Amino acid sequence: MSEAVVTAYEAVIGLEVHVQMNTRSKAYSSDGYDYGAAPNSQVSPITLGHPGTLPKANSAVVRNAVRLGLACGCQIREYNAYARKNYFYPDLPKGYQITQDETPICTGGGVWISSETMAPKMIGLTRIHMEEDTGKSIHDLDPFHTLLDLNRAGVPLLEIVSEPDFRSGEEAYLYLQEIRKLVRYLDISDGNMEEGSLRCDVNISIRPVGREKFGTKIEVKNLNSFRNVQRAIDYEYERQCAVLNSGGQLFQETRTFDATKGSTTAMRSKEDANDYRYFIEPDLAPVRVTESFKASIAASMPPLPQALVKRYQEELGLSRYDAQLLTESKETALYYEALLATGCPAKSGANWLMGPVQAWLNERALDWNQWAMPAASLAKLIHLVESNTVSFSAAAQQLFPLLIAAPDSDPKALAETHGLLQESDEDALLAHVDAALAAFPDKVEEYKAGKKGLMGLFMGEVMKRSRGAADPKVTSRLIQQRLES
Amino acid sequence: MTYPSIESLHSALYAGETTCAKLVEASLVRAEEKSDLNIFIELFPETARAQALAVDQKIQSQTAGPLAGVIVALKDNLCFKGHGVSASSNMLRDFESQFTATVVQKLIDADAIILGRTGCDEFAMGSSNETSAYGPVKNPLDPSLTPGGSSGGSASAVAAGICHAALGSDTGGSIRQPAAFTGTYGVKPTYGRVSRHGVIAYASSFDQVGPFAKCLDDLAKITEVISGADAYDTTCSDRAVPSMALAQADRPFSFAYYKEVLDNPALDPEIRDYFFAQVQKLEAAGHRVEAMDFPYLDALVPIYYILTTAEASSNLARYDGVHVGHRSENASDLESLYKKSRSEGFGEEVQRRILLGTFVLSAGYFDAFYGKAQKARRVVRDATLEALQQVDALIGPTTPHTAFPLGQEYTDPTVLYLEDIFTVQAPIAGIPAVSIPAGPHSNGLPFGIQIMAGPFDEPKLFQAAHILDRL
Repeated sequence: MSEAVVTAYEAVIGLEVHVQMNTRSKAYSSDGYDYGAAPNSQVSPITLGHPGTLPKANSAVVRNAVRLGLACGCQIREYNAYARKNYFYPDLPKGYQITQDETPICTGGGVWISSETMAPKMIGLTRIHMEEDTGKSIHDLDPFHTLLDLNRAGVPLLEIVSEPDFRSGEEAYLYLQEIRKLVRYLDISDGNMEEGSLRCDVNISIRPVGREKFGTKIEVKNLNSFRNVQRAIDYEYERQCAVLNSGGQLFQETRTFDATKGSTTAMRSKEDANDYRYFIEPDLAPVRVTESFKASIAASMPPLPQALVKRYQEELGLSRYDAQLLTESKETALYYEALLATGCPAKSGANWLMGPVQAWLNERALDWNQWAMPAASLAKLIHLVESNTVSFSAAAQQLFPLLIAAPDSDPKALAETHGLLQESDEDALLAHVDAALAAFPDKVEEYKAGKKGLMGLFMGEVMKRSRGAADPKVTSRLIQQRLES
Repeated sequence: MTYPSIESLHSALYAGETTCAKLVEASLVRAEEKSDLNIFIELFPETARAQALAVDQKIQSQTAGPLAGVIVALKDNLCFKGHGVSASSNMLRDFESQFTATVVQKLIDADAIILGRTGCDEFAMGSSNETSAYGPVKNPLDPSLTPGGSSGGSASAVAAGICHAALGSDTGGSIRQPAAFTGTYGVKPTYGRVSRHGVIAYASSFDQVGPFAKCLDDLAKITEVISGADAYDTTCSDRAVPSMALAQADRPFSFAYYKEVLDNPALDPEIRDYFFAQVQKLEAAGHRVEAMDFPYLDALVPIYYILTTAEASSNLARYDGVHVGHRSENASDLESLYKKSRSEGFGEEVQRRILLGTFVLSAGYFDAFYGKAQKARRVVRDATLEALQQVDALIGPTTPHTAFPLGQEYTDPTVLYLEDIFTVQAPIAGIPAVSIPAGPHSNGLPFGIQIMAGPFDEPKLFQAAHILDRL
């Protein structure tokens, strides 16, 4: 299709994100939940919905909801009633899901997104509410039967419903990254989309640019990665444009995304939609979120990524890029904060974390939570470089691995033991320089004749003779002085 | 059962005149003698005998609890670990519970002895015991009559002298109406006073467990034992449980009755006359009785049936043939498994109420039925609480008439729903209500006087009942 036709429409997109909490027990029972545990091994009579069971409230669920709400600047409802969403499905043991309908715990607020190429934009939130997860129906293990694993049934979820504020798949991608970051910082969820602890459904419609009225809303499900959310949106946008451009009509429906083909196919139309018969859950007393409860949660909030990025840029003078990288995970940010607390200069601290430390982790395919060196040790190492006691290359290539192997030792003592202290005493260096030049009389002649590239050879020789301890800046000045005298 | 009260039972037990073991054997023999009344779905002889031995030892060592040796029957909707529980439904005919209801545990902890489970209307939905999948329990006073419902089996177990007390559950009158029909005492505590954990749900915002007993004193004692906070039921109040032991009222009480109730054309004139005679006696004894208007009487049954069926339609969704309960062997796919399992497992009345409840919650009808009934419930609750601000207790007949014959044909099921007209107010308002025996009627049968008090004021409820009981 031609570019001109497609750009006549804009996409209007809203996301519904489900975050699976990492609470020790389920929303309404004492059962634990470990991803990958043996099927149906974490199911008490409550999870199974046995006759006579009632939901048993888990206070951590409300606390997590309030944390996320405060982090997103939402209004937190004081009086929280629960609701039942009724439908029949084998992975729903009670025949209804406990959720919130008319009284979601959080309303309003928003999440800021931005990128290198995009100015910051706030995505508004309609609501965040608490609900419980379903079990899993497994269709591909047994050729004749559907198998049920109810471990996941009753695991607490937060559903985050956005306003239709997205205009592209990229914005959705950035938003999901931001949500994942938030829930990890808040320690609400591991935010792992592959394991299903973060799930996303897309609502997308298109309308002619400049028109206010929304087009026909299409829901897309079965999205198992951030990239696939972006791909599904991009595909849907093009598909819907094509339908309208060819004189066709769109109908409200739910479509499923096929990651292999990168396309969506119709799943069910609006007419097939369930009547969920929501009503107030009479088995759960409403929960009151008091001002003092909110205040105690607000007081215990961890630093949040967007505030950190702002501070790193505005107060520490870091680039946007560095600030983003450092706040990418809570572990990196907290480690960086610990470095700063030792008095380590902001820029060199950032360079070390994003440089040698990140490289070391990458080579070993390790995560930041597996980075064990105390921040104080790394700060001392950085200080050795800052004070010209050890050269950056000696520090990065030799002292750093030595320190990793013995993280509790003193970096300076380690440098001394391994002869890595930088030699910047001119007399001592001159001896090495003279010896090096004397070893290559012909090369000295060639240099004097104009082959300036030989400088590297002389530097290398001095480094060799000083066993890497020569201060490169001083050395290079001394060599030049000798050769040009 | 020769002991008219727990007090007299304890005298005998502590004097060594009898033992729990002997009492259990006597109860089992009595149950066998009365087996044609169809009271018990199952007796738990082994459990009861083992408990009896343990409690006998505690009595000897003076460490036994407040209900030591009290033999109790459970309505067949109360879970008891390792024992069958079916809500008298084919849906749960072979079901065994994996845990014990809080109320049952509290009885056991107080050293009561559990004798067995009694028949009830299926999922507690009925007023005559006739919706039970096991056939109706027969009234011990006259086997051709209903013992009432839904807790008719528990009421009959006490009335027939098989056990000292029994637990029932009351959603719209299911304890008080059978108490009235069998000449026993029965109480529905305040909503939230007693844990519902382990009570097979009918309508969650109405259901409340309560005891049947042979005297008011026992009723109060048992109510006190089963009351109190429960981490497994968030709707159960964490208020402290007051002493419910009966005490002589130290002041004149004020009572009110509703004109609309006493003027109701369905009310048996003899019961009306009896009631007014009681009013005169109250006044003669120095108490105040006033007549009040209650313009909502005709709205109560519709409110009750809209809200309870709505909740029931959801509460009973779990019986789907996939998980717990009856699974049809004639299903070909998931949808037919659902339909056939539920059609085969549930009886007609349960199906009717599930359909009604599904309808009133459906899009397009929700506001006109469920939404409106919720609002009306608040109006009734407010009016009831306001009345109870003015007087200590509301009194009236428990039922419009005495026990009626089993096996009547009903072309219109709502005729039977009107049985509940006097009893549904208390659960709609969430307040406690007790039925004490009255009569006899000239037909020889007992009926009941109902007393209602303010929420969580069981002590005052029992005190008021005590005044009436001693007239």
